[in-house]
Amino acid sequence: MSVGTPIDRVEGRLKVTGGADYASDRILDGMLYGVPVGSTIAAGRVLRVDATDALAVPGVVAAFDHTNLRTLHSIDPTLPFSALCIADEHRAPLSDDAVTYYGQYVALVVARTLESAQEGAARVRVTYASEMPSTDPVRAEEGERDLGSHRGDPDAAFAASPIKLDQVYRTPVETHNPIELHATVASWNGDTVTLYETSQAVVNHRNVLAAMLAIPVENVRVITRYLGSGFGGKLWPWTQSPLAAAAARTLGAPVKIVVTREQMFTAVGHRPVTVQRVRVSADADGRLTSLQHDYTNHTNMLDDYDENCAEATPYFYSVPNLRVTRGLAKRSVGSPTSMRGPGAVPGLFATESALDELAIALNMDPVALRLRNAPTRDEGLDLPFSSCHVAECYELGAQRFGWRDRTAAVGSMKRDGAIVGWGVAGCAWIAERFACEVRVELHDGHAQVFCGTQDIGTGTYTMLAQIASDALGIPVGRITVSLGDSSLPPGPISGGSMVTASVIPAAVAACKEALEKGVGYGKSEATFFAENKAKSSHSFGAHFVEVSWRPEIARLRVRRVVTVIDGGRIINPKTARNQIEGAIVMGVGMALFEETRYDPQTAAPLNRNFADYVVASNADHPAMDVTFLDYPDYDLNPLGARGVGEIGLAGVAPAITAAVYHATGVRVRDLPVSIEDLIA
Amino acid sequence: MARAIDAGDALRTAQGASSRYCAGGTTLIDLMRQDVERPERVIAINRLPLTTIEDAPGGGLVLGALATNSEVAHHPRVRAGYPVLSEAILSGATTQIRNMATTGGNLLQRTRCIYFRDPNSACNKREPGSGCPAITGYNRNLAVLGTSEHCIATNPSDQNVALTALEATIEVRSTSGGRTIPIDRFYRLPGDAPERETTLEPGELIVAVMLPPMKGWRSHYLKLRDRQSYEFALASAAVAVRLDGSTIADARVALGGVGTIPWRAREAEAVLRGKGVSREVFREAAVIALRDARPQSQNGFKIELARRALTQALIEVTA
Repeated sequence: MSVGTPIDRVEGRLKVTGGADYASDRILDGMLYGVPVGSTIAAGRVLRVDATDALAVPGVVAAFDHTNLRTLHSIDPTLPFSALCIADEHRAPLSDDAVTYYGQYVALVVARTLESAQEGAARVRVTYASEMPSTDPVRAEEGERDLGSHRGDPDAAFAASPIKLDQVYRTPVETHNPIELHATVASWNGDTVTLYETSQAVVNHRNVLAAMLAIPVENVRVITRYLGSGFGGKLWPWTQSPLAAAAARTLGAPVKIVVTREQMFTAVGHRPVTVQRVRVSADADGRLTSLQHDYTNHTNMLDDYDENCAEATPYFYSVPNLRVTRGLAKRSVGSPTSMRGPGAVPGLFATESALDELAIALNMDPVALRLRNAPTRDEGLDLPFSSCHVAECYELGAQRFGWRDRTAAVGSMKRDGAIVGWGVAGCAWIAERFACEVRVELHDGHAQVFCGTQDIGTGTYTMLAQIASDALGIPVGRITVSLGDSSLPPGPISGGSMVTASVIPAAVAACKEALEKGVGYGKSEATFFAENKAKSSHSFGAHFVEVSWRPEIARLRVRRVVTVIDGGRIINPKTARNQIEGAIVMGVGMALFEETRYDPQTAAPLNRNFADYVVASNADHPAMDVTFLDYPDYDLNPLGARGVGEIGLAGVAPAITAAVYHATGVRVRDLPVSIEDLIA
Repeated sequence: MARAIDAGDALRTAQGASSRYCAGGTTLIDLMRQDVERPERVIAINRLPLTTIEDAPGGGLVLGALATNSEVAHHPRVRAGYPVLSEAILSGATTQIRNMATTGGNLLQRTRCIYFRDPNSACNKREPGSGCPAITGYNRNLAVLGTSEHCIATNPSDQNVALTALEATIEVRSTSGGRTIPIDRFYRLPGDAPERETTLEPGELIVAVMLPPMKGWRSHYLKLRDRQSYEFALASAAVAVRLDGSTIADARVALGGVGTIPWRAREAEAVLRGKGVSREVFREAAVIALRDARPQSQNGFKIELARRALTQALIEVTA
């Protein structure tokens, strides 16, 4: 059996020897280089783009703006998810003169060398009719309110409860910063175009580009063999991709565009600001009586991105009275987009922080409070869970962490001359399947597995090889997995931590048929958005965090994290642990460091580089102890497996801020925790 | 781009144009890529024979201007005699950057003010007279000491804070000869001309940094910042003390991350001189050191942070 064993990544050697071909590595004959020019205003209109000086730079072959680029078509935001034609920035680039965020591409310079294109782009003169950008801080309960999940009478229950809490929590803009920059190499052959892309969803990318270019989907091929990570930022296409395709079509030569690190902060999405009001109440024994979660996130003037902060709210606790409302705040920013654990990650910061504050109000241990209110069924959907072991996550985590030695008083624990703070929070994430097709071919004891999904650095190549190995009875070393190509049988988007669960039924079926016929084909349907479900499937977990605090130098550090994940059956414990550990480190960044700051006058993102946008460095990594419960969820697929790419990030930040409170007495409800919060 | 074969060649090449000497390039090349620095001529000096670290004839140490930050930080004489300098350098940047960055180049390291580094933004340092958006905008990482209504940019260096506490002198050459500049006359407060950061004249080339003899002194650097590594100081303290039993016979104090220039705190030194070693005395010195601090909208916390950095640095250096 290969499933369940911690084998190395099958493509690991290629990656560490430079043999893995990433999109921006692609060099084609006669290829030209495109450099987009970003707007220097955040609101207004482009009056004139003067490219005279740019075109005079030796090597520059063309400059495009909204007046001379052959029309690109915008994406219809009302299409259903199942149409898989999704872009968070719906408007096609250079399709009109309106500027709605700082750094929006207003021109594209194309040249024979990258240096010429950069020089040309620097010489484009753009004249604007500038307007005041909308930069007001997002307010709690701003915007038209949509009613989400609701049950019982939360207002009455809240009013009648002896213990209650009403607080507002805020999370800032975070920018996805995968090391690999977004990149597109577009190459036409007659009426068909091939795009070497940085995509977490090649089939969706194909559909979007076909729609924008107004050509049949059969005429578009999107290839992402390897991805230098994406964190959700590469789930949906961004504007450099259609720009490269359109320029290549016009110029009759391949065009490469690689987004710069600065442009990563303007034109390819971000996690939006969220402002979340949480009202929670309990009886004197700590049984929850009501929970209300009212969130608002900012979005672009033209796009309605909903962060879905209440993803976990309706089902994570047993509570009879509950209400969720949501609203959007239109601002002069680029479109937000999914970032690892969208919704649940900022949402659980709010609700888990509130639970920690409620535990203090109840004078109750925060683990005991969670165990007392652990759900036995999904009360939001009124369905049984397919598999839920959240209570065991807390119990085992507390044991591995040594939680029973905790003394509750603020600043009461010390070690090595520093104050120690301990905190806990739970986490949850959806566990569903997308539609998937897989083809398997057997030749001379070797197998080839084909699927149009992607490996975004998480281990999909390896996981599929292990599954096929077991299903076919041949070693992993004789299995070749082909992914990341829209011409393969359509596979799931690499989003929602659903690839593993989605590919299993199709892969197992294809292997079975291949054993009989030499070639096998498997197909499975989506459970995501399916109606008439019999069970509710989710992953769960708990984080226990220790921080150290030295007030004499205002130094706060996360020292250790113990995490227990109920993520179904784990296909590969090595790649899975890698996901959780990486997520914990990202959670340290979210809790303590990361915030994209915008100038209040110009709406320009200010800290758009790696010196000023602070992420966790290696030296900031805590000691990590990760355990998987490994209970299979057979309602989800025949192996009982779920993906674990996102759940590890949910809950880390509130566990850290709970520990910070325990160490310092300062309750931070507005991330990130900063030195100024702690010495004020 | 020209490559100089010796110092005289470098100086001759530098005449008559908007020139920059380029050593490790860790600041200049970045700023040229961002279109902030636009020299007409760049003179590569990294092959000049200015890399040696050697004892000075009358005691002390001479650091060649092209000795890399790594070479200086790990040099046995620096580690033994000038720990504040070794610690300061190692607290900055990364190994890779320190392997490229040089002693002379670091002296001219430019501010991390976000507006200075964004050519689309106004900045009195980059474009004199254009205004200072930092004063009303993002100023969390900017200065509270030595500011003016025209500029509040922080000098970001760690090395130069240590050199200030060590009373280093800077040896420069020009076509008309050479001169030696004490470090406390090397940096200029922004005043109404923030574009002029040093007292170097056009074409002058830094050839060495002289560290005075420090026999009988202890020294130490403490840097505070958001994360553990690879970040500029929010506040730092470089301290050197000479103890006579448990009495402070002499002290030198410099602060980083809080000043428009590496900040010598002479008033704090006066408080310390002749006093016994105690947390209360150190705190008093720290309060005096920040007495003239002027907070902006976001950086008031740095005043208290710098006080804590200095107090703790003094505790650790006298322990």
